[in-house]
Amino acid sequence: MSTQAATHDLRDTHLDDAELHARLTRTWRTGPSLIARLSSVDHKVVGRRYILTAFFFLCLGGLSAVAMRLQLARPEAKLLGPDLYNQLFTMHGTTMMFLFAVPVMEAFAVYLVPLMLGTRNIAFPRLNAFSYWVYLSGGIFLWASFMLKVGPDVGWFAYTPLSGPDFSPGKRVDVWAQMITFTEVSALAVAVEIIVTTFKQRAPGMTLDRIPLFVWSMLVTSFLIIFAMPAVMVASTMLILDRLVGTHFFNPAEGGDALLWQHLFWFFGHPEVYIIFIPATGMVSSIIVTFSRRPAFGYLALVLSIIAVGFLSFGLWVHHMFVTGLPQLGNAFFTASSMLIAIPNGIQIFCWLAALWNGRPVFKTPLLFVLGFFFIFIIGGMSGVMVASVPIDTQVHDTYFVVAHFHYVLIGGAVFPLLGAVYYWFPKITGRILSERMGQWNFWLAFIGFNVAFFPMHILGLQGMPRRVYTYLPEMGWGSLNMLATVGALILFISFLLLLINVIGSASRGVPAGDNPWDAGTLEWATTSPPQPYNFSRIPFVTHHEPLWDNRESLPVITGLSVESREIVSGTLTEAYPEIRESSPEPSLWPLLAALAVGGTFLGSIFTPWAVVWGSIPVAITLIAWFWPKGTPEDEK
Amino acid sequence: MWMRGAGVIGLALLISACSGQQSALEPHGPEAEHIARLFWIFTAVCGTIWFAVMVVLAIGLVRRAPQRLDPLALDVPAERRTTMVVGGAVVGTALTVIALSALSFAFQRQLFARENPAVNIKVTGLQWWWNVEYEADTPDQGFTTANEIYVPVGKPVLVRLDANDVIHSFWVPSLMGKMDLIPGQQNQIKFTANRPGIYRGQCAEFCGWQHAHMGLTVVALPVPLFQTWLKAQTASATEPQEPERKKGAEIFASKACFMCHSIRGTRAGSRVGPDLTHFASRQSIAAATLPMSRGSIAAWVLDPQGIKPGTNMPNVSLAPDELDAVVSYLEGLR
Repeated sequence: MSTQAATHDLRDTHLDDAELHARLTRTWRTGPSLIARLSSVDHKVVGRRYILTAFFFLCLGGLSAVAMRLQLARPEAKLLGPDLYNQLFTMHGTTMMFLFAVPVMEAFAVYLVPLMLGTRNIAFPRLNAFSYWVYLSGGIFLWASFMLKVGPDVGWFAYTPLSGPDFSPGKRVDVWAQMITFTEVSALAVAVEIIVTTFKQRAPGMTLDRIPLFVWSMLVTSFLIIFAMPAVMVASTMLILDRLVGTHFFNPAEGGDALLWQHLFWFFGHPEVYIIFIPATGMVSSIIVTFSRRPAFGYLALVLSIIAVGFLSFGLWVHHMFVTGLPQLGNAFFTASSMLIAIPNGIQIFCWLAALWNGRPVFKTPLLFVLGFFFIFIIGGMSGVMVASVPIDTQVHDTYFVVAHFHYVLIGGAVFPLLGAVYYWFPKITGRILSERMGQWNFWLAFIGFNVAFFPMHILGLQGMPRRVYTYLPEMGWGSLNMLATVGALILFISFLLLLINVIGSASRGVPAGDNPWDAGTLEWATTSPPQPYNFSRIPFVTHHEPLWDNRESLPVITGLSVESREIVSGTLTEAYPEIRESSPEPSLWPLLAALAVGGTFLGSIFTPWAVVWGSIPVAITLIAWFWPKGTPEDEK
Repeated sequence: MWMRGAGVIGLALLISACSGQQSALEPHGPEAEHIARLFWIFTAVCGTIWFAVMVVLAIGLVRRAPQRLDPLALDVPAERRTTMVVGGAVVGTALTVIALSALSFAFQRQLFARENPAVNIKVTGLQWWWNVEYEADTPDQGFTTANEIYVPVGKPVLVRLDANDVIHSFWVPSLMGKMDLIPGQQNQIKFTANRPGIYRGQCAEFCGWQHAHMGLTVVALPVPLFQTWLKAQTASATEPQEPERKKGAEIFASKACFMCHSIRGTRAGSRVGPDLTHFASRQSIAAATLPMSRGSIAAWVLDPQGIKPGTNMPNVSLAPDELDAVVSYLEGLR
């Protein structure tokens, strides 16, 4: 009886390292069978799937961009007709925003945040698995529709009345609107997990001012998601209702308002840009700290800037609507608020520059991408200040100038840091370092290709080329710059092929990384590469915001967790003072089944509103099974 | 009398034909010049800032701070100095932002200042062309045309903007920025052309399949020529005299053409498609897509779906001789 109790409540205090490893692995691992893999709730497994899926959608979005650039290389080209072109630019925008940029940032967070915080799994791990399956089904749903020639063709912004029932009959826009709902659900789920993980599961000693900057950025992003996404959810639901059951929210002929859509969409759409950009600032901070060989300059200023950017991002949406005829004074207010956001962003840039200035930079590929980020993103920021001015915006709005601007912001501000992050964290995820030589090629091709592709677009926009045109007349004189942009786009595309080759090659033949190949300071580098299923054999105790630099020999740890069941430490919000041992859910197939039920409901709802009614039955069944009490007296320990 | 007027118009257009492109950087009116000036000020300020940041970054990368074995051992006096510099840069950013906002607002006030217009025009955006109505004090002086706006040089023009189907955006870059045409909402835009010329514009808000081919032309004429033009447009279409054109008119009235287009002075009075009363006096056809010529007209009448796939004009089957007659008829609608 007593031995029985002892094995049942076996703690890590009682075991040596080898035994501890064996037992923790048995408790936390994802089994090899197919069912076990589909049931996995390990944040690293889910995170890896998320990252790969997001990059797969990046490929699709990139290919559609290449197709568009080939069409636009010459005036009056006949490669793509208006139907296919309109679908392609819609797919490109939708995929890049909803299926790549937001999910890939969340994916990195799902993988890294628990490691950086020194815990064994993300909060609500089953919800995490569920969110991945919902995201995957949303992406497949969208691209399958495109393959079946019912891809949406009204732009990623789907302005009414063009997207309404009168001007877009058929299922195309319904597909778009429901895809929004899919990504909506998964993004909100991940946001909740990140917030709770950050608030409650930090390693003991990790007070608020010791949270890694990447985690801070993801925390702010998660709040942005929670406040911004409901606006687009309301909007897309109203659109579906207009289309499906004949409401008139956006129909001016029946007392609706066509412009209401734009307010709702951009109230989400502008924070969306920061939902993509703020995580990237966290990546930039991580890389700069490691490769300038010093702690962050102005940690507090950086954190406060991120929070300020988060707040301000909700006060800018009207700058997407300067030419819709809103009152001029109101527009002027949004000019001021849009320019105001340059201040916190400026603070971040100055702090990073200061860190590089006072540090000893090591020019490895991750840092190169961050330097490219400075070059490109600041151009995007500057053109952002220009489009924030109402008079200038009346000229450049909806032209290629804006296309250039937001690609400078999003590719420069998010994709370059992201590629840096891939080179930076790939060793942690796979245990092998990406080829540095190919990395340098990858960077320079991406940098040159990007600028050749997108800089000419500024000029094209000023020369009068509107966005979203499938072709243009030869006498407009836009041919040569467009040809140049296409050449640049192809170079950029090749740079991504190089990344793909590098990833595939290095994953099997790369130099083994060891635990901490860059001599970085944050906790994810304290564990093995790739990390064990349980992340840390003993939970670290944190004394500094760069714990591995503060404790060169070995990290102090806390002990006393069970090794027989999945346990994590839950602590107080500000001080991370350990409060209780909390059990973390076991693997389960139900999140996958619930996601299928939810997906089926959404899919059916584009055909009949009754799908929502009947679909709620399988959803309810799967959710009940998911939450069914297990009968283990977990909370009595 | 009026033929002579048309000849003079043609001459004036020929002289200024070089200004046919649409570019915000080649302003031909006070509004566009005003915006271009602000644009260059912003470009200079922002470009300087960008360049300064790049220089600081480059120096920061090249200079090597003293070697330290422990990354946590910071040089405290150097950190304090840097903090001062960063603080200064933040203050500088704030001041720049305030200055640029104020400047933008000053320009905006001037740009949208009220002014009594000399000409009132109503433009309605449709998939994928522009309906243009000249309003006058007496109804018989008003008329409707399409895709081309004639304005007097040096006089402020007020265009009221409306849309019948989806959102479009009215944009003639060398005269003024853009303004959306939104169903259920009344917007307006004001501009002035400084010198005679043809200024091309284009729909700037995505509006469906043929968004790319929804061009428009603004023709600025000296005031007397503009008056001549107005007078010519007010008239109904002249009766065809030649047998070929008479045949064309009959075909027009018996085939699908008549279902959508109107020609004042005939029974054709539908408002679905562009008004064709003085069709051949225009610079281009199919919303500034094809130059006005006999060949273009024939091509467009024969195969609109090939030229603008998805356009609302159907392919009408015409025998070759019928096509000839219709084209002759249309060509004569001056």
